[in-house]
Amino acid sequence: MFKTLAIGAAFSLALAPVVFLAPTAALAAGGSGGHVEDFAFSFEGPFGTYDQNQLQRGLQIYTEVCASCHGLKQVPIRSLGDEGGPHLPEDQVRAYAAENFEVFDAELDDFRPAKPVDKFPANTNAGAPDLSMMAKARAGFHGPYGLGINQMFKGMGGPEYIASVLSGYTGEEKEEAGTTFYENTAFPGGWISMAPPLFDEQVEFADGHGNDVHHMAQDAAAFLMWAAEPKMMARKQAGFVGVLMLTILSVLLYLTNKKIWAPHKGKKVKH
Amino acid sequence: MSGIPHDHYEPKTGAEKWLDKRLPIVGLVYDTIMIPTPKNLNWWWIWGIVLAFCLVLQIVTGIVLAMHYTPHVDLAFASIEHIMRDVNGGHMLRYLHANGGSLFFTAVYIHLFRGLFYGSYKAPREVTWIIGMLIYLCMMGTAFMGYVLPWGQMSFWGATVITGLFGAIPFVGEALQTWLLGGPAVDNATLNRFFSLHYLLPFVIAALVVVHIWAFHTTGNGNPTGVDVRKGSKAEAEKDTLPFWPYFVIKDLFALAVILVVFWAVVGFMPNYLGHPDNYIEANPMVTPAHIVPEWYFLPFYAILRAFTSEVWVVQFASFVTGGIIDAKFFGVLAMFGAIIVMALAPWLDTSSVRSGRYRPMFKWWFYLLVIDFVVLMWLGSMPAAEPYASFSLIASAYWFGYFLIILPLLGVIEKPSAMPATIEDDFEAHYGKPGDASADATPAE
Repeated sequence: MFKTLAIGAAFSLALAPVVFLAPTAALAAGGSGGHVEDFAFSFEGPFGTYDQNQLQRGLQIYTEVCASCHGLKQVPIRSLGDEGGPHLPEDQVRAYAAENFEVFDAELDDFRPAKPVDKFPANTNAGAPDLSMMAKARAGFHGPYGLGINQMFKGMGGPEYIASVLSGYTGEEKEEAGTTFYENTAFPGGWISMAPPLFDEQVEFADGHGNDVHHMAQDAAAFLMWAAEPKMMARKQAGFVGVLMLTILSVLLYLTNKKIWAPHKGKKVKH
Repeated sequence: MSGIPHDHYEPKTGAEKWLDKRLPIVGLVYDTIMIPTPKNLNWWWIWGIVLAFCLVLQIVTGIVLAMHYTPHVDLAFASIEHIMRDVNGGHMLRYLHANGGSLFFTAVYIHLFRGLFYGSYKAPREVTWIIGMLIYLCMMGTAFMGYVLPWGQMSFWGATVITGLFGAIPFVGEALQTWLLGGPAVDNATLNRFFSLHYLLPFVIAALVVVHIWAFHTTGNGNPTGVDVRKGSKAEAEKDTLPFWPYFVIKDLFALAVILVVFWAVVGFMPNYLGHPDNYIEANPMVTPAHIVPEWYFLPFYAILRAFTSEVWVVQFASFVTGGIIDAKFFGVLAMFGAIIVMALAPWLDTSSVRSGRYRPMFKWWFYLLVIDFVVLMWLGSMPAAEPYASFSLIASAYWFGYFLIILPLLGVIEKPSAMPATIEDDFEAHYGKPGDASADATPAE
């Protein structure tokens, strides 16, 4: 016992210099994450599903606005027709591909209009990141204290982060080393090099849905969540079937187990 | 097997006798499945089956994933998305495989701490324990290399950091690191060999699992009392044991089914919760992520690795004594592997002749503290390498080593064990009563 205490004391002494060095290091590691609003998306939680109309509006925003700088190179255009996604009719998917994108065809050795079998083209024009998995590649929520509890209850926060960035511009600008930065309340560090992409009434929706920045930011984020996780609806369905089946199996095995052990057990003794 | 008297397989028909003379495989399976098992095993004893299930799950899903995966730096990331988007059921396979790793490690940690509490490592089960430690090491290697395969940012930088540890070894480190990576940095050669080894190691684990089972079937299972099964006669042994089939198979399968409900819910509803968002960004050697963190199951040892900085007294002392050969980085590497080695040496560090922690009044508290210590280390491993986490890490690491190197040897000498039941039968009946003794109370026994 004494030996333990002695060793403990030795270790505590060893710690002393580290403790005194603490404050500077802690300041250096100080967080600079922006504020991410917890938007209520239709696809949150085990019961959440994509809103087909919202995905179609998001696709329209992507096509008319985002696509000028950002690619979606992992997403096959044909998946726009998939159930559990924007679910466009087949002829619309074909028309969409041909009207909006050109792809390089190695066989023709030339560009041709895109077909549903192609993927959305990559876009490196402005050095902007590809958006295929953006909604899964960012976490909007963290902590508390590194415990990940917020992510368990609110979700990872990828789409919330995207919507917050899109609607988080303050209007302030600054110039640094020849680049213009725009103040953004959601972007880590507070200054982003992407100019505000959305403004009110920029996109005209066929269904007459609200087209202010706040609404469009959420529609674009929902579309990008689908782009990153196109099989979410099928996955949740498999989740429900599996949980149900395994629960039934558990009950059956519980009863079986109780029955086979019963002859070997007597009255439970009270302690 | 197991030295416990019990019925053996008798070939009856002509065909059975014919086969038995040439290959006694039916008898082997019979003896394995019907092994007499202490009937007082509690719910902490179900994790072995969960682990066996995990290994099969990982191999089966992994083999199918490998059919669609491309181990090339330019194609790997896109091939994962191909699996997620184009392969039938590919998204489920991948999420099952990724989260299956987490289930595997959850189970192995509970199984391991079960062993530490009930003294499963003590004579005559030291070999079982050592084989178990080898399995655990192989699991860590497999999991680490598997995490590199998607070729995301965390894959790449995790591989860079961890292989860098080998570079810390004095004299040969740099050459060793280059040899492991197949080049000066993590690149295509690294990805290819990691894929190859990630496919190989699970089969090494499977072989080790067979040896692990063989070893404890030779000594017989431990049990929560640590009291040996009576082996004087078959009748006596049958008072302490029940055959593995059906009693424990059904019990274990029930527990497995309950655990799988939770597992399936995680896969179905929050499959990315345990992963890092950064790994959905393709690996880029030019951009370092702000915060490089290993998967959750490596965090306790990652915390130990980082705890020993050059400001720590013992590190400075080690550096002084060895003339600078052991620097802070190498000390951290030694500490990390040392943390596993001290655990492997538990059978010889624990001087108490009492197996079960149940009858060790002092040991109990030190053990509970070790479990808390492990969880705290896990949390610390996820925090930035800054104060106050660095100091906490050092204290928590010190306790980890102190538990194995000081407390375990010392307790055996100073501790007075409490009263133990004389037989397993006594322990069982103290919990569940004598069979057929239910007349006094109408409520059926649990």
